[in-house]
Amino acid sequence: MDLKGKLVSSFMAFENNVDIDHPVHDVRTEAMKNFEKKGFPSKKDEAWKYTSLNSLQKIDFSIFPKQDNALDYKDVKKYFIHDIDTYKIVFIDGIYSSNLSETTHDGVDICLMSSALTKPMYKAVIDVYFNKVASKEESLTTLNTAFSREGAYIYIPKNKMPKKPVEIVHFATGNESTLMLQPRNLIIVEENAELQVIERHQSLTSNEVLTNSVTEIFAAKSAIVDYYKVQNDAATASLIDNTYINQKSKSFVNVHTFSFGGKLTRNNLNFYQNGEYMDSTMKGVTILGEKQHVDHHTLVHHIEPNCESHQDYKGIYGENSTGVFNGKIIVDKIAQKTNAFQQNNNILISDKATINTKPQLEIFADDVKCSHGCTIGQLDEDAMFYLQSRGIPEKEARALLMYAFANNVLESVRIPELKARINKLIAKKLGVNLGFDL
Amino acid sequence: MLKINDLHASVEDKEILNGINLEVNAGEVHAIMGPNGSGKSTLAAVIAGKEEFEVTKGNVVLDGEDLVDDAPEERAHKGVFLSFQYPVEIPGVSVTNFMKTAINETRKAKGLEDMPANQMLKLIREKAEMLEIDRKFLSRSLNEGFSGGEKKRNEIFQMAMLEPKLAILDETDSGLDIDALRIVANGVNKLKSKDNAVIVITHYQRLLEYIVPDFVHVLHNGRIVKSGGKELALELEEKGYDWIKNEAVV
Repeated sequence: MDLKGKLVSSFMAFENNVDIDHPVHDVRTEAMKNFEKKGFPSKKDEAWKYTSLNSLQKIDFSIFPKQDNALDYKDVKKYFIHDIDTYKIVFIDGIYSSNLSETTHDGVDICLMSSALTKPMYKAVIDVYFNKVASKEESLTTLNTAFSREGAYIYIPKNKMPKKPVEIVHFATGNESTLMLQPRNLIIVEENAELQVIERHQSLTSNEVLTNSVTEIFAAKSAIVDYYKVQNDAATASLIDNTYINQKSKSFVNVHTFSFGGKLTRNNLNFYQNGEYMDSTMKGVTILGEKQHVDHHTLVHHIEPNCESHQDYKGIYGENSTGVFNGKIIVDKIAQKTNAFQQNNNILISDKATINTKPQLEIFADDVKCSHGCTIGQLDEDAMFYLQSRGIPEKEARALLMYAFANNVLESVRIPELKARINKLIAKKLGVNLGFDL
Repeated sequence: MLKINDLHASVEDKEILNGINLEVNAGEVHAIMGPNGSGKSTLAAVIAGKEEFEVTKGNVVLDGEDLVDDAPEERAHKGVFLSFQYPVEIPGVSVTNFMKTAINETRKAKGLEDMPANQMLKLIREKAEMLEIDRKFLSRSLNEGFSGGEKKRNEIFQMAMLEPKLAILDETDSGLDIDALRIVANGVNKLKSKDNAVIVITHYQRLLEYIVPDFVHVLHNGRIVKSGGKELALELEEKGYDWIKNEAVV
């Protein structure tokens, strides 16, 4: 049986374990119908032209882990930003680990989706927000919706800010020879509230893992959300990340995506600007080698006037790696005075590496500022000579220039410890130690 | 110290240096002058090891060692320094961090440990002071948004930090106002010693009023066509380059 068939038939088994009388289950059932009709996207779909899911579909993924698996904190400590205190929502093979987590209900809710989807006290919020910004058409999103049961649930009431950042971490132990995970996150940041989130998926063995994740973020008026995605997974782990963001007036939402690892990573990052005077920022650093593949698909929908969006993605591709950047900006007719900026700069450091980059602008308003720029190049030879002439060896000079190239994106990381960590990951990925942080 | 023998270099099969012979001893200042396109900057780049230029004949010998097959960084480690005519902007890397990396990589190549941080800081402060460089300047991204004068001053600052055996100043005077020129020239003069040498490449005589050369060479069509003392520079200033060109043809 192919993966689609397996998922469709697993849905019945899944229904045995959830409350089918809960209104959420109607949403799941609808979503399942959509997935059943559409199946996995193929290369014939324009949005999936450069990313093939064919080989993943041939793997006989285990849909439900058979047992509870535990991990010792000391063994996985390095995957956390452990030099600062954080709230933690941690899952092991898709199952919540109370042992590794630190949740809270102290003025804010930083807890579990499984609670939010079942407990009466959350019903009002779920009714208003659950599956309200996520696509009801896109097949992988609906697949996730159909199986939505567990993930992170964060609710920050008006004027509140949690004392520390939240880490959402998914571990795959490899106790299953193959594993498919479908975490579902719901994040609501009310008026004038703030939140910082770091999300990470980490497979601990070389067993195949496929994660199809959906995150819905609602940023109310004047809310500030910083969301950092750290993608440095094992070479046998694939991730399809579907993030949907609904923003209201005067809010700021920044999403940083650091893609350094994994087998196949697809980031579908969608911003919907429902209000005025807001700012949406998407930044990414991608450094790939081997046969890794990362596909960044961004969408910003400017629905109302006087808003801004900023996109800045830098990519460094080595060996046989492949990258995709597709940035779509829609400016509605009434969304005058929109400022939309998009930039995607790439460096190919191997003859066999590939990048496909494509801006996609659909602008219906006439008084807007939209700019986009894509570049694909090698490192500047004059800059190399300059650095080398100062005694910096070729390898270090290359690394220094690549650091400099990625630096714009790191500058806006507002958690210093995370920034330091990313710097280290970059140095490691480039195989050098420069002895300083930028 | 430096001996250049019958040096020929070309870029994309076009010969730019056409048999250069030059000897520079420790303690000397040599000026290389010449009209635009005569090969002055190419000579500087070839000595520093820019790969774009292919040395087709001859050699560049520093203290008895031929440099021609050395990478630019190896030449730097051996004491060659080039002050660029157009220093490259490197956003995101501060002047200080750049200098730290350059110094420590050079030390590493010599089998030395990294310079202790406090010593490094002291050195940076001292040299910055010498060139009247503001401390704030040091935390700015290398050359990014620097004025022409700031870029050149920064080049000489790097020279002061690296203390090369052989410094080549490529059109260091271009883009400098008179005050900046004086600061830069003073810096170079302070760094001069009996153990090092300076090659000043310039189109105009102006800089040579401040950095007084022991020898002046005129480059034309990739060859040194005339050499003399510092008075040759004045003569060139007065008469232009045409008489040299004519003389060369004859």
